[in-house]
Amino acid sequence: MAKYLLLKHYRGAPAPVNDVPMDQWTPDEVAAHVQYMQDFADRLEGTGEFVDGQALSPEGTFVRYDGDGRPPVTDGPFAETKDLIAGWMVIDVESYERAVELAGELSAAPGAGGKPIHEWLEVRPFLAAPPTITE
Amino acid sequence: MDETLLRALTPAVIGVLVHRGADFAAAEDAMQDALVEALRVWPGNPPRDPKGWLVAVAWRKFVDAARAGTSRRRREVLVEGQPSPVPGAAADDTLQLYFLCAHPSLTPASAVALTLRAVGGLTTRQIAQAYLVPEATMAQRISRAKRTVAGVRFNQPGDVATVLRVLYLVFNEGYSGDVDLAAEAIRLTRQVAAMTNHEEVAGLLALMLLHHARRPARTRSDGSLVPLAEQDRSLWDTRMIAEGVDVLQAALNRDRLGEFQAQAAIAALHADAQTAEETDWVQIVEWYDELVRLTGSPVARLNRAVAVGEADGPRAGLAALAELDPALPRYNAVAAYLHERDGDPVTAARLYAGAARLASSVAERDYLTRQAARLNAQHIQLGP
Repeated sequence: MAKYLLLKHYRGAPAPVNDVPMDQWTPDEVAAHVQYMQDFADRLEGTGEFVDGQALSPEGTFVRYDGDGRPPVTDGPFAETKDLIAGWMVIDVESYERAVELAGELSAAPGAGGKPIHEWLEVRPFLAAPPTITE
Repeated sequence: MDETLLRALTPAVIGVLVHRGADFAAAEDAMQDALVEALRVWPGNPPRDPKGWLVAVAWRKFVDAARAGTSRRRREVLVEGQPSPVPGAAADDTLQLYFLCAHPSLTPASAVALTLRAVGGLTTRQIAQAYLVPEATMAQRISRAKRTVAGVRFNQPGDVATVLRVLYLVFNEGYSGDVDLAAEAIRLTRQVAAMTNHEEVAGLLALMLLHHARRPARTRSDGSLVPLAEQDRSLWDTRMIAEGVDVLQAALNRDRLGEFQAQAAIAALHADAQTAEETDWVQIVEWYDELVRLTGSPVARLNRAVAVGEADGPRAGLAALAELDPALPRYNAVAAYLHERDGDPVTAARLYAGAARLASSVAERDYLTRQAARLNAQHIQLGP
């Protein structure tokens, strides 16, 4: 088993096929989308593949150390193409192929018009594989 | 309270219940109930016959559960038709339980979880902690595994190789949380070895012992890796090494070589060297030749290239490496090592950096990054 992070971006990913901003969906479409995500997570818990999932606010700031008592705060290094992470899900699956398959399913969440949004999701393996015992 | 004893008795007790006609999932649940009862009762009132006590309590729990369920009639048939325990059957039942937990219809991850629960006697929480997943997720994984094998007849002979693969998976998970999975895998493999007379079971047990014996020297207190050549050999557990060598020798004497015996032979040759320089690389290459012949594994070929580099010099190692697919995991790391020994630190540093980007664990990535940094620093000092 290997853990993968499925990352959902607010911006920065290529445009989804069904590219209507969520605030222009009908309330039912939003509800259907949320339900799809919930069902997906529940199903993965049932298959023993779910680890964690959280949604993140679009509000993010960049902070760094800049001398005593004055950490500067900016709205980010990317002036135009902010790449903000909307949320994540951590899965624990048998193979990379299974991780890709699940990301594909997650990307099929319904959006405007009840059609899949086909958004791009990032699939990242965890650096957590046990060290090999063959020295 | 001896938790190790309780865990050791688990498979035998489940085996007896299944032998009496309980289905596997119900037997396993009843055993868990009996373990809880034992933890409560034993400290104040230890039984004279722990296994007999557990069988009696687990059977009662099973009957209670069956009575509470809808299958009342089936339960009555079961209880009435209860065969008396057959002397000497317990060990066979336990082995059958291993086969069931490693059944080919299960995914490797499910087989591991079920084995740890049913024959290891670990709690779902302990297994979840060891695999860093939520308890609910692990509970589902285990109950799905139980459903998958629900229809499998208990007396079907299983494949020892599948059991060994599952135990090896457990061993390679190493350890985290409050359960040392490597030690647990050794304990379970000892049980299987005691029940069967199979040379590859002995080979796997020897391999595990020889690797486990070196574990104290393998990482520093900060978790960083120490390569074999730099390990403090006084930290190796010599008693465990001696046991591993004995077990291996007995297996090899039967002249039925398998991949675990070959791997254990390589581990034994490393363990046998008082210093890294004393390592018998010529013999290690010969064992890698056997391993490649037995498995055809690309990883075995890669390791063989390292051994050839030590036995016949880095040029020979690089020649062996040239025959392999550069996309293999750790190919770059091996190439980097051989190029450095061949006196080409610039190429080596570049390859180490590339290997670090492809590393699959934090400890490995950090180790490779430090190697690249070390060579780059030397190069700058020596440069114009």
